[in-house]
Amino acid sequence: MATYFLKRLALALVTLWLLSMIVFFAGQVLPGDPGRSILGPLAAPSAVAVLDHQLGVDKPLLSQYGSWISGLLHGNMGTSYQFRLPVEPFIQAALVNSVKLAALAFVIVVPLGILGGIIAALNVGRATDRIISVAGLSAATVPEFVSGIVVIIVFAVALKVLPVSASAGAGASAGSQLDHLILPAIPLILVLFGYIARMARAGMIEALDSDYARTATLKGLKRSVVIRRHLLRNALLPTITVIATQTGYLIGGLVVVETLFNYQGIGNLIYKAAQGKDFPMLEAGVLTIGVVYMVATLIADMLYTVLNPRLRLGGNA
Amino acid sequence: MTDIAAAPAAEVVVAHAGRSGELTSWRLLLRRPTFFVGALILLFWVVCALFSGAIEPHDPLAQQLLATNQAPSGAHWFGTDQLGRDMLSRVIAGSRTILLIAPLATLLGTVAGTAIGLLMGYLGGVVDILVSRIVEAVLALPLVIVAFLFVVALGPSPPVIIVVVGFVFTPLIARTVRSAVLVESQLDYLSSARLLGERALRIMFVEILPNVLPTILVEFTVRLGYAIFTVATLSFLGFGVQPPTPDWGAEIATNYGVLPAGYWWMTLFPALAIASLVIAINLVTDSIEQVLAS
Amino acid sequence: MTTADATTEPPSAGRAGPTVAVDHMNVSYRVRGRDRLALKDVSFRIGSRESYGLVGESGSGKSTVALALTRYLPRNGRVSGGSIAINGKDPLAMRGAALRELRARTVSMVYQEPGRALNPSIRVGRQVAEVYELAGAPRAEALERARAMLAKVQIADPGGVMGRYPHQLSGGMAQRAVIAMALAAEPSLLILDEPTTALDATVEAEVLDLVSALREEFSTSVLFISHNLAVIAKMCDRVGVLYAGELVEEGPAADVFGSPRHPYTIGLLRCIPRRDQRKDHGRLDSIPGFLPPPGHTLPGCVFAPRCSIAEDRCREAPPPAFEIDPAHTSRCYRYDVAPDLPRSTPVNVSLPRPAGAPEPLARLANVSKTFTSRAGPVQALRLVDLDLHRGETLGLVGESGSGKTTLARVLLGLIPPDDGATVALGEQALPADVRRRTRDQLKSLQIVFQNPDSALNRRHTVRRLISRPLTKLARLSGERLRERVADLIRSVRMEQRHLALRPSQLSGGLKQRTAIARAFGAGPAVVVCDEPTSALDVSVQAAILNVLADLQSKEQATYLFISHDLGVVRYLSDRIAVLYLGRLMEVGPAERVFSGPHHPYTEALLSAVPSLNGTDSGRIKLSGEIPSAADPPGGCVFHTRCPRRLPTGECESAEPPLAEVEPGHLMRCHIPIERLQVLQGNGRQT
Repeated sequence: MATYFLKRLALALVTLWLLSMIVFFAGQVLPGDPGRSILGPLAAPSAVAVLDHQLGVDKPLLSQYGSWISGLLHGNMGTSYQFRLPVEPFIQAALVNSVKLAALAFVIVVPLGILGGIIAALNVGRATDRIISVAGLSAATVPEFVSGIVVIIVFAVALKVLPVSASAGAGASAGSQLDHLILPAIPLILVLFGYIARMARAGMIEALDSDYARTATLKGLKRSVVIRRHLLRNALLPTITVIATQTGYLIGGLVVVETLFNYQGIGNLIYKAAQGKDFPMLEAGVLTIGVVYMVATLIADMLYTVLNPRLRLGGNA
Repeated sequence: MTDIAAAPAAEVVVAHAGRSGELTSWRLLLRRPTFFVGALILLFWVVCALFSGAIEPHDPLAQQLLATNQAPSGAHWFGTDQLGRDMLSRVIAGSRTILLIAPLATLLGTVAGTAIGLLMGYLGGVVDILVSRIVEAVLALPLVIVAFLFVVALGPSPPVIIVVVGFVFTPLIARTVRSAVLVESQLDYLSSARLLGERALRIMFVEILPNVLPTILVEFTVRLGYAIFTVATLSFLGFGVQPPTPDWGAEIATNYGVLPAGYWWMTLFPALAIASLVIAINLVTDSIEQVLAS
Repeated sequence: MTTADATTEPPSAGRAGPTVAVDHMNVSYRVRGRDRLALKDVSFRIGSRESYGLVGESGSGKSTVALALTRYLPRNGRVSGGSIAINGKDPLAMRGAALRELRARTVSMVYQEPGRALNPSIRVGRQVAEVYELAGAPRAEALERARAMLAKVQIADPGGVMGRYPHQLSGGMAQRAVIAMALAAEPSLLILDEPTTALDATVEAEVLDLVSALREEFSTSVLFISHNLAVIAKMCDRVGVLYAGELVEEGPAADVFGSPRHPYTIGLLRCIPRRDQRKDHGRLDSIPGFLPPPGHTLPGCVFAPRCSIAEDRCREAPPPAFEIDPAHTSRCYRYDVAPDLPRSTPVNVSLPRPAGAPEPLARLANVSKTFTSRAGPVQALRLVDLDLHRGETLGLVGESGSGKTTLARVLLGLIPPDDGATVALGEQALPADVRRRTRDQLKSLQIVFQNPDSALNRRHTVRRLISRPLTKLARLSGERLRERVADLIRSVRMEQRHLALRPSQLSGGLKQRTAIARAFGAGPAVVVCDEPTSALDVSVQAAILNVLADLQSKEQATYLFISHDLGVVRYLSDRIAVLYLGRLMEVGPAERVFSGPHHPYTEALLSAVPSLNGTDSGRIKLSGEIPSAADPPGGCVFHTRCPRRLPTGECESAEPPLAEVEPGHLMRCHIPIERLQVLQGNGRQT
């Protein structure tokens, strides 16, 4: 099993390296001259050239990539063009904010999704199942800003029970922060619910139809015992991997939700950086979320391997 | 004495079911209420897109600076926006961009994804491993972010958005097609084909492809929903079609600033339009999946 | 003979009341809004301690009987008529706790695939102990009793198995564990639904012996469901024959199989190859026609459309059960003349073979194949040499892990062998990779696969499937193409109208005929048949075997016939090769290999196969499981299980060479053939 982990880790590093290349070279394709962006349209071309030289943008691409990577490995993410300040603190603060929002969404949606999927599977083909399935699928594909708008209109404008802005202000209490985060969490929850419920449902149906479910039932066990003791662990195993991949969709959703609710998270940061052609910020931000996603998938994979006896122990007698 | 002399009845019954089986699929589809409702809504928006000029009550681009921010009323069913433009007309006209871009992008992604998925699944080996790594790397980034990065680089015009969204969906579709192809690869008819000396390209497209077609069809309809999602999100973020062309996502982006002040109609109606389209497609997809499964 | 009520009373009935009493039971399934009868008017009794066999082919409804008895019919199924009584109680009226009680204490089931019947995430010990816990035992005691039970089902090292997960057990061991679980509750009724179909012959024999022994010990009644008549004959006191949902004949096993009185039973028995039957003399008969489609509403006897002695009254009203003896009934108006049922195929045919040339047509030399797996390198084949002579049928037998399928695929070029191997056709060495072979080479070697669902592209029509080899390899077109297709269709006894159909619209037998027609299309010299009839019903199998024999003669082809079914192999083969764990153990003329003297493994294999002709004398018990191919034993690879292992230790230390012990007969054994002759009894019949 240790060899499997090491192999998986190595693969992840390869993918990470590929990712960094994609991000870097994609960033280079974006139009605009960095020196010009910083100094503004009225600066003299010679000043721009000097700054460009200082920034190192006239060096060959590969060497720029090399210095970027070595900088990263030393914890230096570069200097923002917009703010003329190091990028790391921005990324850090934004990441913390996003994690708060994401954690709230996750904590609510994972149990909800799994429960929904299981209930749908236990009533397969009947009305409950169809409603949960179609509702879940629809919720998953309605864009976050759409559900965000509806939710704002209903709860903030019409009913006025929750605040529109996601930021509670500096030094606010945990309760107040939570209050502000509920509305932005809802679109995220809706999108994730569909995927998680679908996976849990599929896993549960497969378990219900299996031969071992039949064996357990014919032993004379109560249905609730069969489900709890025999089926759940097999049904939910694939759902673990899905939850990890949801991080990807979640982050995509963060961009939209944070923009809509004006929340200083990493999605918002990336968006503003793209608009402002702030390449160092943009590249660092995109790479960060890439890393977060890959770490999540790696953990999920390892967890899956540990929990599945067939993979953990392997081999026939 | 052959053993099929008597009772060919069994075969005949089966044969009939087979031929009329195709028809029954369509009829089964039409009978389902979910399909019916979904298709109806879809049809409505398609009609809006095709005939918006004839349907819209006012010119969506006509600004009436004396009638800005008007709540819904008899004159303007959906109210007017900050520049006095009729919301109803803008919503009707807004269907055009999204119904043009999303299906084309999905089609592009499906064709490309199928080709790549077939190659990866059938050839396996180094090709598969290499392309899988690249696919994984690309998928590590949220599609929306990848999409808007490219649009920022290349400029937000409809052809660019179509190509970018199509490109962004290709890895996902390739992965699904690859899995389906791997399942087929376990079957012996491929060995039989090799024993006839069939070439790899022919095996992929003549032997395997017809068998994975149902999967591709379902994949297409599912991705269509996500394409609408992505295109609308790009519009909202400002990377879609540019003003003054009416577009649902852009509409919301322009007008959500005034939402706290109580001007809800400028954002709600475009939002409901998007939601209805997405739900309609999901109903249709769900019905197709149910019929194919039975 | 009087017309009795539909049931026969078992001998023990008077004493304790039957364990199972099924009366006029109908079971229907709701499909597309319509009810379809899967079982019609089925009645039988199983007495206490009695073993009752239910025999039928696919579509007979035999598994539905088991599902009905345990109340585990799928959502769209229900018992629509008649009654069931288990130990006097009606399971159909039970709800909740009473039903659970029935399942926990009274009835147990064992199914076909043991690996899947066990929960993959729970250790085996826990799963067996669960039965005891359900009966009220505390955890520790339950685990102890579980361990004892596992020992009782002859699992060596029960403690170790307790802690393992199902995927770590072999098929045989897993099935024993499932049997342990089933008997732990000491049920009154044990239902076995094809329990050994997925197991190798030697393992199957062990498991069947185990079931017999335990049945004695626990005094359980047994309902044994199978398509394999020989197994039923061996295991059961009484037998019921199911056809298309109806019980057509019932009685003591010896009577039903010895003097059958229903045309279907008679036809079925004629489809099974016996010791003295060969492809050209004593031919297998087949049953003409097809099973009626599910949900049919035939007015008369359900078998009438296929029966060669059917009269008008047979087609008008369904026959009641006629009593031939007090215990033996048959649902046939013409049961008295049934034994004279005319055959549908001639008994003897002439199958001319091409004059055997001295040089082999195809040869495999030094063929080894090592696969890499998680557990390390697995040697599927080791230094196998095999020759094929023109016009012959070489039967290749072996159990799982023997490497027989791998060998076939190496011959065809689908799997590359390890370096140093030679695959040759005539004088020419063939490229190891099929993609490098020329058109002529491809033409000469074709295959019929086991599973026609997998082997035929379900999106192509029959015409396309058969024509492709003709256009690609034989370069036929136009009129000549059409003629050849028509000729092939005729040879496999299909009809023109089948050409437009797709595989999903055909029955199993028709699909396999399509596959055979396709294989022969371009006129191959060698056709590999890889378990071509294993996935088919018995009655269909007989027809396909005859088609294969006829086509071979007509097209002057050579067969490499692979099968685990020794009866089928003996029927068709001229020579036999026996593989065990990738080594060739014996090769020789069929008669010599089958009647002996032969290799101890061959001997054990032959004795493991149950025969219809009554009890088998002196079964050779093989100890232990088939070793894993990843870790084969040293010396003679069979020594760990060989009952004739030499006490000198030679068998453990040195691998015997493959030596010619008689002209044309090679064996890999340290024991000299004269000694084997003495040990095995001269001309021992199996």
